[in-house]
Amino acid sequence: MKKIQVLGGGCSKCIILAEEVQKAADALGVEIQLEKVTDYKQIMVFGVMTTPALVVDGKVMFSGKVLKAEALKEYLI
Amino acid sequence: MKGKLIIHWSLGLAGIMAWVSLYWNLEALSHLTVQALSGQFSFLPAGGRAFESLAFFFYDTPKVLMLLVSVVFGVGIIRTFFSPERTRKMLQGRGAFTGNAMAALLGTVTPFCSCSAVPLFIGFLSAGVPLGATFSFLVSAPMVNEVALVLFFGMFGWKVAALYMGTGLAVAMLAGYVLGRVKLDHLVEDWVWEIRGGTTGEDAKMSWGERILAGRDAVKEVVGKVWMWVILGIAVGAGIHGYVPQDFFVKILGAGSWWSVPLAVLLGVPMYSNAAGILPIISALLEKGAALGTSLAFMMAVIALSLPEAILLRKVLKPKLLGIFFGTVACGIMLVGYLFNALL
Repeated sequence: MKKIQVLGGGCSKCIILAEEVQKAADALGVEIQLEKVTDYKQIMVFGVMTTPALVVDGKVMFSGKVLKAEALKEYLI
Repeated sequence: MKGKLIIHWSLGLAGIMAWVSLYWNLEALSHLTVQALSGQFSFLPAGGRAFESLAFFFYDTPKVLMLLVSVVFGVGIIRTFFSPERTRKMLQGRGAFTGNAMAALLGTVTPFCSCSAVPLFIGFLSAGVPLGATFSFLVSAPMVNEVALVLFFGMFGWKVAALYMGTGLAVAMLAGYVLGRVKLDHLVEDWVWEIRGGTTGEDAKMSWGERILAGRDAVKEVVGKVWMWVILGIAVGAGIHGYVPQDFFVKILGAGSWWSVPLAVLLGVPMYSNAAGILPIISALLEKGAALGTSLAFMMAVIALSLPEAILLRKVLKPKLLGIFFGTVACGIMLVGYLFNALL
């Protein structure tokens, strides 16, 4: 099971990204462990400067944008 | 493949030409529309108040929206050449004045959303960008933005747009310079200094197709968010244009009263999200006697001094520094207001 983290201090875009990730996972039928990281101290550990950011198994995939579920699928398989 | 590319380009070119010719003929078209309406309805005599308001609305709304789409699209493409990581690299270890000037300039083209203000602030500091330059960036990024510039250009003409941009950059540079000079590093929350820069500095290579898509996405996001505020603002502005007597605002918003500038700045702080709607209203006020300096100060305060951003920045700045930061920017904005009230 993949561990997915959405980084962002709770802005609307971060919430949307987390929702889209869940949608993508549901569409693929894969189980994921989804976590929203809202504490800046933890966010900064990943070294990103823009939010929201997507982290898969501890690795930053992208930051500063929201992707739709369709485009997020590739990160979940 | 090549044939397809040529078709794409020629379609794009034809689209741009149609767009431009529509824009150039907008005044005539809107005039005809309002004339036709006036002929249909007896309550709209040509040259009457309702007629004047309607003519204002029918010309300015499509004009501003078309400009907005074009500029946001263009800026969306330009922004693909910049990233916060790249900007940070350019600002690392810069000296006082150059650092502030570069930070203010880069703030205008680096993709920035105020919700990223905190990670960006920490990311800059932890990589050795001076505090003052970071502040310059944080002032100019929201203040000198494409939506404000389009609205200034569309409603006031290029001179005021240039004035806004120039003085906005100057405020960002000066505020950052002053704040950098007085050594306030100890007023940044302590935990910020414990973070030692992770640098995920990959700059993804983009094709032109992707850049154009990024421009399109910017239009969707930005114009999608502000278009109704623009229309609403122009509608109210149109009402003022047609119905409020000339020189009505000279007393309250004119250059004569010294307190009008600080009051304008104070009033501007809570209006953050509606900058796109407020500008057209200001343009109508200006026409009825409000002073340019006061209006500029108000707009700058609306755009640059935002309460949500202050709340976010509180996480990294001790209250005293937050106060000093906003106070310095507010002073800079008031200076601009007084300067233009005195000059014009």
